[in-house]
Amino acid sequence: MSEREPKKNIKEISPIDVYKLLPKTNCRECGEANCMAFATRVVNGELNVDNCPPVAKEEYRTSYEKLLRLMAPPVKTVTVGTGDRAIKIGGKYVLYRHEFTYHNPTPIALDVSDDLSDAERDERVRAIGNFTYNYIGRELRLDAIAIRSTQHDPATFASAVNAVAAQTDLPLILCTYDAAIMAAGLAHIKDLCPLLYAATKDNWKDMAELALRYRCPLVVSAPYDISALRSLTKTLNEYGVTDIVLDPGTSVEPNLAGTIHNFSQIRRAVFQQHDELLGYPLVGTPITAWLSPELSRELIQWKEACITSMLISRYADLLILHSMEGWVLLPQLIWRFNTYTDPRKPVSVDTGIRTFGTPDKNAPVLITTNYALTYFTVESDIKSANIDCYLIVVDTGGNSVESAVAGRYLTADSMAMALKDNHVPDLVDHRWLIIPGLAARLSGETEEASGWRVLVGPKDSSGLAGFLKTYWPPKER
Amino acid sequence: MANQDDNRNGAELARDSIPRLLSLLSGVEKVELERFTLEIGDLELWIPTGSSPAAVCLPALEKIKPTSLLPAPFSLPSEEFPGRIHEVRLGATRSVGGSRGRSLVIGGADSPPFVYADKPPKHPPVFALDVFDMEVALPKVLKSNVKDVMGDPAEWARMNVKKYGADMVTVHLMSTDPLIKNASPRDAARTVEAVLQAVDVPLIIGGCGDPHKDALVFKEVAEIADGERLLLNSVTLDMTEAKTLETVTKAAKEHGHAVLGFTGLELNKAKELNRRLYEYLPPEDIVMDLTTVALGYGLEYSFTIHERARYAALMGDQELQHPTISASTNAWAAREAWMQMDEKYGPRELRGPLWETINALTLLLAGVDIFMMMHPAAIRTCKDTVNMLTQNETTVPDQLLHWATMKI
Repeated sequence: MSEREPKKNIKEISPIDVYKLLPKTNCRECGEANCMAFATRVVNGELNVDNCPPVAKEEYRTSYEKLLRLMAPPVKTVTVGTGDRAIKIGGKYVLYRHEFTYHNPTPIALDVSDDLSDAERDERVRAIGNFTYNYIGRELRLDAIAIRSTQHDPATFASAVNAVAAQTDLPLILCTYDAAIMAAGLAHIKDLCPLLYAATKDNWKDMAELALRYRCPLVVSAPYDISALRSLTKTLNEYGVTDIVLDPGTSVEPNLAGTIHNFSQIRRAVFQQHDELLGYPLVGTPITAWLSPELSRELIQWKEACITSMLISRYADLLILHSMEGWVLLPQLIWRFNTYTDPRKPVSVDTGIRTFGTPDKNAPVLITTNYALTYFTVESDIKSANIDCYLIVVDTGGNSVESAVAGRYLTADSMAMALKDNHVPDLVDHRWLIIPGLAARLSGETEEASGWRVLVGPKDSSGLAGFLKTYWPPKER
Repeated sequence: MANQDDNRNGAELARDSIPRLLSLLSGVEKVELERFTLEIGDLELWIPTGSSPAAVCLPALEKIKPTSLLPAPFSLPSEEFPGRIHEVRLGATRSVGGSRGRSLVIGGADSPPFVYADKPPKHPPVFALDVFDMEVALPKVLKSNVKDVMGDPAEWARMNVKKYGADMVTVHLMSTDPLIKNASPRDAARTVEAVLQAVDVPLIIGGCGDPHKDALVFKEVAEIADGERLLLNSVTLDMTEAKTLETVTKAAKEHGHAVLGFTGLELNKAKELNRRLYEYLPPEDIVMDLTTVALGYGLEYSFTIHERARYAALMGDQELQHPTISASTNAWAAREAWMQMDEKYGPRELRGPLWETINALTLLLAGVDIFMMMHPAAIRTCKDTVNMLTQNETTVPDQLLHWATMKI
């Protein structure tokens, strides 16, 4: 019954704060050993309050609500779409990644406009759904489709929305400033919880009505005017709309600086001034690069790629693009993935020996560093090429091969020691060690230190399969 | 109420009659109760404390909807920081004992980068292009631009400045590596002299990474380029172990150069190295290299360590108040930058330079002051971006409200 307490920073919340509000039955339905263990993982951002099955029961209602409030991120989490591919956007606990970790990797949406022919549209939707890249063992994908009304016609928009929805299970963003067109599009996909783009100072009331009627999240758009964004948010909140996404405007030219400033100022206001009216996810629209038709297509794509990556670093919680070119999308998917890894996790993996496939006594023995990304890259290359082998992971203080060699973390002695410590002589009958191509300069010394013969492998583990085909089993020199 | 209910308690009676009561009361705004008593213990107060939608969906609680926009003006916060980044001058002109066409000053930041229009960087970031003193293996896409000048560092440097607009040139004395050519410090110094003759921009001098050999090379180069205000790349904690740090820092001080302290993604090491350097040099002579890793291979570690370092420095950590440098060329270590891939990932002629560009732009946003780069399109994009981010433009791009309906 007290006044609303000022919200605690995520780092000030202790597991005890959460534990006190849990059922404290140690029922283990969540999969954790006990309620305290669950509380610890919630505070670390690894589990949600909702991962506790009993807490939502009526008897715990008061505690549950306190818990939700306690753990609510200063940037609200908004869900778009339904089912397995639904996306969560926002949900940020901190301004800087190093303070905690960023949650909800920025979804990347591609546009489909309603002026495309049926064949063009179907092809584009298929291409969006099929674009993937295998990065250290993970499939990186595109996340959503933004359907744009360029024909200013409700029926045309509705039929495009209908057709796209029939073809994909990706979440949808419906883009028009005309509430009548929006209503026509929405009528076909009532229950798909699309994101509506956008409410402006001119149409906000009609858009709010649609958002309420169909229970959809709504973007408020006020390019380069943070006061107008706050005003829209405040008004819509009063109106009953709470799932809001902010569009501060994205401009490649003119005034790129304004875009970067606005995104930064909004996020800083949320975390430093506790500005609740700005505590919503931010949508960036690199697609606006296409508003400069005088440029060549390639240059527009280049600019769109640059602003996209900058906005991934600068707080965008959702991005809408037009370019489908692989060279534009690939770095974004990787940078997005990287930015949202947990910076508290160590840079290194455990040292020791890993076995891939079913290596026999003649299988190759490879060696690499314990830098996480080096290791995962090598691991993923070995797996995708189905190589049966042993891989020794040496302690290089979490340095990649190149810097480990330069900084003398990876040396002839450390490799000789690793062979011995891991009892590799017992595993294979041969005495050949394959070292990374980037450690080539250590080959002579390593032969001396270990008594093993050394084969210098490829500089990049993508070449492993080809390398082994040519050089394995090794021929006597 | 009917008599048949006599054996039921009051609470049940009341509960069962609620729907009827509610239907009777529909449309009524106010009810006055007569001869009504209530014990306080009967009263169960429930006040929602959460913002969960389930708790507030009672239609009776619905607010009156606004009919016009409610004002909520935003006022820019004025963030003040106690710390400030040192300014470091690189390159010396004739009037101060060098031969450069102009000096560059970097650093001086007293606010997080690119947040407030009224706080532009004191000195905009600058861009250096790489030169190697011997033939080196480079990705195809990089090699095509430099194959005519490979092996001729002076000509290479001239091309970097004249054709590609480099603010600085980095001369990598790779041939001095004992495991490569083991070229002598004298040879290295001659290369530097040739480049000093060829261009008049400030130079960064890159060693081979061997703490003993680099010390000998830097000493010789420092002497021969007396007064030029070079940036010696780099001094390391390995040099403290090898007891060669003093050789380099003394030579730098005596001949008026700055040094670049290199550490591997570890702030405590960076601070430790700086503490060592303060024994010999003033802070205005020190730049930090916190390590730049390629996008896809750990750029996030570089990004985060630069953000942490800059934030700590602005908050007052004096051991981190130095400008930083990024070897964005390292982007090319990523296979996605140099490799021929399935055509759905586009040509490497675009993918590669974009990779380098994104590496640099990412660290630009984290506050890096000098970028060492290689691809002409990458340096061009980054220079344009810095221009756009630092000019005080006030245009509101009003056409933005049309992207949703534009035809492409």
